[in-house]
Amino acid sequence: MIDPAIIKKQRLIILTLFLTILITSLLNLIIANSTLSIKRIIPILFGQGTFKENFVIFSIRLPRIIITLLAGMALAAAGSILQSLTRNDLADPGIIGINSGAGFAVALFFLYFPVQAGKFIYFLPLAAFTGALVTAILIYLFSYNKNNGFQAIKLILIGVGFSTALSGAMIVLISSADKTKVEFISRWLAGDIWGTDWSFVLAILPWILVLLPLVLYKSNSLNILALGNEVAVGLGMNIKKEQINLLIIAVALAASAVSITGGIAFIGLMAPHIAKSLIGKRNQLYLPVAILTGGWLLLLADTIGKNIFAPQGIAAGIMVAIIGAPYFIYLITVN
Amino acid sequence: MQKNNKRISFSYLLIIALLFLLISFFLAVRFGAAEVSFKQTWQALSFSGNIEEIIILQEIRIPRAIAAIFVGAALAAAGAIMQGMTRNPLADPGLFGLTAGANLFLAITLAIFPAIDYLGTILASFIGAAIGAGLVFGIAAFNQKGFSPLKIVLAGSAVSTFLYAVTRAISIYFKISKNVTMWTAGGLVGVGWSQLKLIIPIIIFGLAGAFLLARQLTILSLKEEIAIGLGQKVFRTKIMLFLIIIILTGAAVAVVGNIVFLGLMIPHLVRTFAGRDYRFVMPLSALTGSIFMLLADLLSRTLNAPYETPVVAIIALLGLPFFLIIVNRRRRYF
Repeated sequence: MIDPAIIKKQRLIILTLFLTILITSLLNLIIANSTLSIKRIIPILFGQGTFKENFVIFSIRLPRIIITLLAGMALAAAGSILQSLTRNDLADPGIIGINSGAGFAVALFFLYFPVQAGKFIYFLPLAAFTGALVTAILIYLFSYNKNNGFQAIKLILIGVGFSTALSGAMIVLISSADKTKVEFISRWLAGDIWGTDWSFVLAILPWILVLLPLVLYKSNSLNILALGNEVAVGLGMNIKKEQINLLIIAVALAASAVSITGGIAFIGLMAPHIAKSLIGKRNQLYLPVAILTGGWLLLLADTIGKNIFAPQGIAAGIMVAIIGAPYFIYLITVN
Repeated sequence: MQKNNKRISFSYLLIIALLFLLISFFLAVRFGAAEVSFKQTWQALSFSGNIEEIIILQEIRIPRAIAAIFVGAALAAAGAIMQGMTRNPLADPGLFGLTAGANLFLAITLAIFPAIDYLGTILASFIGAAIGAGLVFGIAAFNQKGFSPLKIVLAGSAVSTFLYAVTRAISIYFKISKNVTMWTAGGLVGVGWSQLKLIIPIIIFGLAGAFLLARQLTILSLKEEIAIGLGQKVFRTKIMLFLIIIILTGAAVAVVGNIVFLGLMIPHLVRTFAGRDYRFVMPLSALTGSIFMLLADLLSRTLNAPYETPVVAIIALLGLPFFLIIVNRRRRYF
């Protein structure tokens, strides 16, 4: 049984997060350097805007906000799973090489598989998923040891190695491509949220709608796995199967997010950690909090990056790294 | 020092390495986008004859090959020092934040002084490498319980990510992405005699320091207590070694950009043949680093000729298997 007081606390935190996200979204709508004034936002949202106002809000800013939120949520969920699986707070899809696997596949797909422009974006998450899955499997295999099972810390380290090598592979790909395509890939690498209209929302939404509930449903498995292999076996769990299932879910979440937003690390690291420190380590409690925190963090990073360094803007991925890396270092030193 | 009969004696290894170096150098000059004959290669190397092909060799390929020799030697020696000093088998200038730091300061310099000369960029690399290394080692030192080798690598990875992110932000903001990328991923493209005149003395200075301190490094690599027990001034030695690492890496990065894994794998390779005494490991690492860099650069020029495949990327790819082997072999470190 979970203490009712804690459940109440969780509800309160979730409510606060919802409000924070709402406020941040409004801020994002308002402070972007455009001609819209604050007073107009509410009427426009209720359908009383002019054509131009509607266009700016509904076709440009709103889809971007939604994509950012969804991607942040997916990354946070992926990070939570990876942290439970590896029993290590330092796991993050960006750090352990899943992102670069996805990135490599996206670049490959973009350069060598000409698909119709309209359908392209729907294939993108799939390509990213394939690349990320292959990378994850390789990392898993290399960190698996017959005698000791698989060692979490080695998994992270091997991930760092893969991520470095794959960035190299990416450079090879880029160097043989033509200039306009290179532009796209380097924007992608920087984590510039580039897919910003409703079709991208549609491309990523099915993944999120299927996978996020699945993660929440798996909360108990995650709890048990986090306790250790002996406990899990004792409770009759097929560890290997469950680990692989969860790994696939995490990879799919991270890849779908990253395919639309570009290489973004550290969200999957920070969000679960913040959530755990707010409400404790039980997955049922912290997962929803982590997911919302992830969405909010990425939205915040994008809002700051887009507006403070206007007009070019700083890619959200860069903003997140600038905030996230010191956080990571802090985590290593206190761990 | 214990004699180990299994290991081939040092002088043999040295001769073999020198031979390989000569062959690689010749190959690097002989092959490339423009076809030349063996005779012309020889003429170019002996500076006799002055037809167009020979000029190409003398002005483009030979300086580039020489640069490869020095850069490879510098990075391998820096890696060897770092591994000995930190007793961390995974130490590498690229993984420990030095290259990322150098990168950031190159970007800053290019943003503030767009017309900076070569010497300025080298200085910027030095400062950046020192700051990157300082951050990583500082974080490691901050933790009182001591850091496992693995955690330093993670800290290095985080610091690098951070520094690269700032670099990207600066390059986008000041619209110097292209220049910065030319530096960081450019490899040895366009290295000429004028740059060599600056770089070679610096690297020779660094290498000489590395060779001179090799004995102390061996003792340090065993155990700090032993070093103190043997009357070494550990702190002073460490500072000197640190400076040498900065000099070697800074100079190498200024020439070639972000190379990872080279400083990691070469000393490992050498140690499997030559043992753990750095008086032997150091010169052999430098030589092997040179050979490796020459061949990697040759590959980068010929793989997709006449276009260049960045050598930075080739080495990153070649390095991964090594990295995996080392991580898997050294289980006791985790």
